[in-house]
Amino acid sequence: MIIANNINKQFGKLKALDNVSVTCNKGECIGLIGPNGSGKTTFIKSVLGMVVCDNGFITFNGKNILHDWQYRANIGYMPQIGRYPDNMSIGQLINMMKDIRNEKDMQLDEDLIKQFELDKLMHKRMRTLSGGTRQKVSASLAFLFNPEVLILDEPTAGLDPVASEILKEKIIKEKAKGKLVLITSHILSELDDLVTQVIYMQDGKLIFHKKIEELKTDTGQEKLSKAIAAVMLKTK
Amino acid sequence: MKKIIKYVIIDILRNKIILAYTLFLLALSLSIFNLEDSSAKGVLSLLNIVLIIVPLVSILFAAIYVYNSAEFLELLVSQPLKRKTIWLSMFTGLSVSLVLSFFIGIGIPVLLYEFSATGITLLIAGILLTVIFVAIAMLAVVKIRDKARGIGAVILLWLYFSLLFDGLVLFILFQFADYPMEKAMVAITAFNPIDLSRIMVLLKMDVSAMMGYTGAVFKDFFGTVAGLLTSLLVLLLWIALPAWLSVRKFNRKDL
Amino acid sequence: MKLLTFILCCCYLPSFAGIIKVGRQQPFQTITAAVSVAKNGDTVLVDKGIYFEKNLVISKQIVLKGIGHPVLDAEKKYENISIKADNVTVDGFLLQHTGVSSMIDYAAIKIYNTHNISIINNIINDAFFGIYSQYGIHCLIKNNVLTATAKNEQESGNGIHCWKSDSIQIIGNTISGHRDGIYFEFVTNSVIWRNNSFKNLRYGLHFMFSNDDAYITNIFENNGAGVAVMFSRGVKMFNNYFKENWGDAAYGILLKEINDSYIENNHFEKNTSAIYAEGANRILIKKNIFKNNGWAFKIQASCMDVTLEENNFLGNTFDVGTNGSLVLNKFTHNYWDKYEGYDLNRDHIGDVPYRPVSMYSMIVERNPPAMILYHSMIMALMDKSEKVIPSLTPENLKDEHPLMKPLPL
Repeated sequence: MIIANNINKQFGKLKALDNVSVTCNKGECIGLIGPNGSGKTTFIKSVLGMVVCDNGFITFNGKNILHDWQYRANIGYMPQIGRYPDNMSIGQLINMMKDIRNEKDMQLDEDLIKQFELDKLMHKRMRTLSGGTRQKVSASLAFLFNPEVLILDEPTAGLDPVASEILKEKIIKEKAKGKLVLITSHILSELDDLVTQVIYMQDGKLIFHKKIEELKTDTGQEKLSKAIAAVMLKTK
Repeated sequence: MKKIIKYVIIDILRNKIILAYTLFLLALSLSIFNLEDSSAKGVLSLLNIVLIIVPLVSILFAAIYVYNSAEFLELLVSQPLKRKTIWLSMFTGLSVSLVLSFFIGIGIPVLLYEFSATGITLLIAGILLTVIFVAIAMLAVVKIRDKARGIGAVILLWLYFSLLFDGLVLFILFQFADYPMEKAMVAITAFNPIDLSRIMVLLKMDVSAMMGYTGAVFKDFFGTVAGLLTSLLVLLLWIALPAWLSVRKFNRKDL
Repeated sequence: MKLLTFILCCCYLPSFAGIIKVGRQQPFQTITAAVSVAKNGDTVLVDKGIYFEKNLVISKQIVLKGIGHPVLDAEKKYENISIKADNVTVDGFLLQHTGVSSMIDYAAIKIYNTHNISIINNIINDAFFGIYSQYGIHCLIKNNVLTATAKNEQESGNGIHCWKSDSIQIIGNTISGHRDGIYFEFVTNSVIWRNNSFKNLRYGLHFMFSNDDAYITNIFENNGAGVAVMFSRGVKMFNNYFKENWGDAAYGILLKEINDSYIENNHFEKNTSAIYAEGANRILIKKNIFKNNGWAFKIQASCMDVTLEENNFLGNTFDVGTNGSLVLNKFTHNYWDKYEGYDLNRDHIGDVPYRPVSMYSMIVERNPPAMILYHSMIMALMDKSEKVIPSLTPENLKDEHPLMKPLPL
């Protein structure tokens, strides 16, 4: 579904993406793992077209994304830090997003809005919101248009345990529907019961892309966190 | 595109600065028209405002607004929208709201007090200058990532167009005092939209006679339909060129 | 007094003499025939009609009077009337189609070396020269209307043209569309009073080498280059209006090599330069109003002892322009609307001097194309800074006693 082919990206002297090639398919739930500054977010932004690769290309459903923009209708994106126009209230923001999309027979998925109880906060201005509430808004927006692909950048950071659980349940539910989910997270333990595959990145390079069972047998570890730790030790 | 423009305009109109700008212009133009004994002279005083304040506010407001809308732009870019659409919507939204302020603040008083060719020229010049400086601001913002540096650059740009360029012209005039510079001056003004608008309005005001031979040369050029169309075209180019360059840059910008 | 007696004589003379009538139903069909039989002191009365007299030469002391403005047509070949005798009056004619020549100055009425001539109440249309006085003395030119539609200076003549004449009175004439409205060369002791000279190609009034003349209550409006006063002394200009002489090289008054003269109580409105003075000495410019001009007063460094006092300067773009730093002229007790000083002792005179020359006007004087920076921010800033620290503008060109309120003029 998403194929990245030898993509490179350089920010000044820093090589954020170094010859990365990835193939992601429907029904997979991929954990994107790596230390800080390893290029995870840059990779995600490249897929979304927010960062333009220096060379290499990315295709979505077989089409190069460089001159395409409609493919983004199929992606729900939850940014690492959700930042929104300060003057808008939650309600206005959600309405605006609906208005901008304005697709015919659009099936809205407002589960998260209800579960996070955002409907009671609709009149609140974005600038008055706490980090957690913002994350809730971000998550709700990502799922709102029922996209085929979900890209979640540190989804649980800043969320309280209850909200965290709600979000995880939601991710599992969507995965079951056969959607492609891409998650980055530092907290490996919470990826344990979610992901089916792991992509490990370091210094902008893709170190490996494996099925989780494969990874566990390779390292002989039961837990994902332990397995990754073992890999990290090995690479050093 | 219309929807994004709508949201940009709604957001800008909620901004207190734009309201203050409108009221400021309105108060200024009303007091000028009431204080000056003839409304034709009022237009002359207004000309200074149009040439100094309008570009300054337009370029500064547009730059700050775009910098502050970084999040909004990011949000939009992750949506199924063309970048060009997003950027041009931003540009259009800013232009429309600033032109609206200008029109309420200066346009309506001018139409009430001095509904003449001069007044209309002044309005056209003001509207074009507003849009030109929004376009220049957009280009500066897309080139410079850092907000503080960007705003500094934008102020310098304004200073260049309203002051330094003329200083340069003066310098050139004195360096080449022995040569006939009048015709060259017509070409030179094309490089500064503020100068071009100023001369367009001044020539409509019948002060060209005061400008001696230079004025005559300018009148020969700007007085004709072809000259007027050319200068309008140049001003439109001043909108199109920065806008086009900024779209091109924004298309490849990393957010 | 002498003059008055003369005018009275002119009026009474006909009543003692014979009257010869000209017209279709009259004894004489042509004026030429009538004039040929007339004796000195006779009156030739001309009925309404159109007369082709070729060149009508009057060499007798007669009164030629038209009834209901009979037309004298010179078929674009001749001079309409040539006056070659003293004590002639031409009254009430319509003169048209004067000959045009580049060799001879044809005029509708020309005075040749005579005196005591009256030319009154005539209408002169499309003449080459209108009324031409050559060595005329004690002539009265009154209430004539001269209209021409000249296109260029080469093919047009002046409205009232006086050359080497003396004691001329030009009163209440209306002159438009000529090259110069009124032209004086070597004319002395004359008065120009209550004339209206407008839309002439070059100057509304143009005079050179003409001393001791007075110009009173005339209106000079919308002429190509305004009024030029050159190489003369003892000129008095009172109560005139100089309006809308607006153009590249237009002046309210151009003063060139003028000495010992007076310019008082005049109105200068909407002229490119209200007064432009070059080589002018000992001139008193007093109680004038300068309003909405480009430059109110342009004075070249070649001027000396020019005094400007008790004038009102209102709404001029530049009050004073000059090209040098040496100032031998005096500015005092004027009202300047741009004055920003204060009056602590309440004597209606500002406590700090006013400097009427702006930095920008100095720059433009040196480099005329700099006018394209008119109304630009850089010039406004330079003017402001110059006001604080004068550097380029002449140090002693200032009004030490600027008035706080405009004079009631």
